[in-house]
Amino acid sequence: MELHELTVREASEKLASKEISATELTKALLKRTKELEPKVHAFLAVTEERALNDAKVADEAFTAGGSGLPLTGIPFAAKDNILIEGIQATAASKILVNYKAPYSATSMKRLMVQNPVLIGKTNLDEFAMGSSTENSAFGPSRNPHDLERVPGGSSGGSAAAVAAGDVLFAFGTDTGGSVRQPASFCGVVGFKPTYGRISRYGLIALGSSLDQLGIFAKTVEDVAVIATAVSGADENDTTSLPKPVPDYASLLKEDLKGMKIGIPKEYFIDGTDKEVEASVKSAIKKMEELGATVEEMSLPHASYSLAAYYIIMPVEVSANLSRYDGIRYGLSVTGKNLEEVYFNSRSQGFGPEAKRRIMIGTHASSAGYADAYYKKAKLAQKLIKEDFVKAFSKFDLLITPTAPTPAFKVGEKSNDPLSMYLADIFTVALNIAGVPGISVPCGVSSNGLPIGVQLIAPHFKEENLFIGGHALQKSLNLKLKPNI
Amino acid sequence: MPLTIDEVDKISKLARLGFTPDEKQKLQHELSQILNYVEQVKNITSNSEVNLDEDPDSINLMRDDVAETMEEPEKFLSQAPAREGNYVKVKSVLE
Repeated sequence: MELHELTVREASEKLASKEISATELTKALLKRTKELEPKVHAFLAVTEERALNDAKVADEAFTAGGSGLPLTGIPFAAKDNILIEGIQATAASKILVNYKAPYSATSMKRLMVQNPVLIGKTNLDEFAMGSSTENSAFGPSRNPHDLERVPGGSSGGSAAAVAAGDVLFAFGTDTGGSVRQPASFCGVVGFKPTYGRISRYGLIALGSSLDQLGIFAKTVEDVAVIATAVSGADENDTTSLPKPVPDYASLLKEDLKGMKIGIPKEYFIDGTDKEVEASVKSAIKKMEELGATVEEMSLPHASYSLAAYYIIMPVEVSANLSRYDGIRYGLSVTGKNLEEVYFNSRSQGFGPEAKRRIMIGTHASSAGYADAYYKKAKLAQKLIKEDFVKAFSKFDLLITPTAPTPAFKVGEKSNDPLSMYLADIFTVALNIAGVPGISVPCGVSSNGLPIGVQLIAPHFKEENLFIGGHALQKSLNLKLKPNI
Repeated sequence: MPLTIDEVDKISKLARLGFTPDEKQKLQHELSQILNYVEQVKNITSNSEVNLDEDPDSINLMRDDVAETMEEPEKFLSQAPAREGNYVKVKSVLE
């Protein structure tokens, strides 16, 4: 097996037994990244010097202390809207093109304790606004399984980097599906925690009441290990909650005896690709064979999720992006007075989708419209959340498709904002309700594109996702190797 | 309800964004289409009420407001487009 095909756990075992060194692993992955980048464009920055130094530090840790921690010496990447001190953080926007993070996100600080290896910062839709990475100011990424197609988004670069074997794991952010949907498109595992599980301090804000850090890896087991490393309350994020963080990986098992699974009928609707539906249904059957009980159920307000999302999120966007005004950092375009500096910097710095969302959010929160839009959307949010809480009094997990289709072609939806928004139809409700979810590869379409199944768990019951996802992945035993 | 060009103008001023006449026309169409979609939330019938000032399910965790000394202010100041010493320089607010 080649080094880029290893899972985090396999690589960690080889490093601990000194079969390979962190430097050897890092050099192999840097080489692969350099070869593939002209095709895939997963990265906005490859941090080669930093990576080799990180690897050296990890190798010293192995020499000094023996077996290291589970992520010591493991190469990873972070979406370019996550702050790592001294490294660029552009959010794929021209307005932050020269911005260097003056401090690190709390989640990244927690990770660095283990001495992993930073390979680079990955591409995204500008400010994480999109479902394809086509909204990046620096050009789209490509799906390693079919270079004509998008990797999904907004964390498309991170998903593509893991799928291509540039890194063994990666971080994204998920506000409406931005980790789960690209994971589904690229044939990797993508996890969004409960709102409040992982600190948001040091993530460039999109919709603050919806944003969470997310994790990509080849296996559910790897994701579980990484989740334990970065979770937990943080005094710099008032919305992170002080709940104990389990050692998730220790809870995994091979069967699902006693697990109660609900299938929300609103998620199996016309318009979903037939192959996606069949693949998800066979995954559900597999989980039943593993010992779970399965029952159809209803989330009656689910159909309002996307509409509520495209009010709440833009309202928060319009507030969050008001900080980019050309004064303290980022692009500054001169004008004859202060107001012109604001207008000129923002008009030249933001791309079309950021502008659309700022406009929608400004309108939906303005006097005379806030009651009709924002207040109604918050009511929808309350009802959607109540649906989930009620469902979870009976079920341990809910199962749906992650996305209505496999990866679409570059350019296919880029001129139709609304049709792009519909790519998130199955993922947004989780952010609206704050519940955790994971996308696990469950099949391949007839033209070779990966398909993902979404598992949904109660608030702060991430272990249900990992237990269900791990048993499913083990028993499906899919081999998803992109041919690039 | 579709937006008028005047409304697009008004929103763009509130948002501190400038657009060309062509961009405004395109936005008028795109924003109207998006608003038309999200307006379905108006169909929700429920006796439930939302209180926008308070979310009973969530608590903010506050910490003591203690001033800290920044070790390396240069990391922040060096990103400012214009500065004078340890200050960020801006155009005058009042004319």
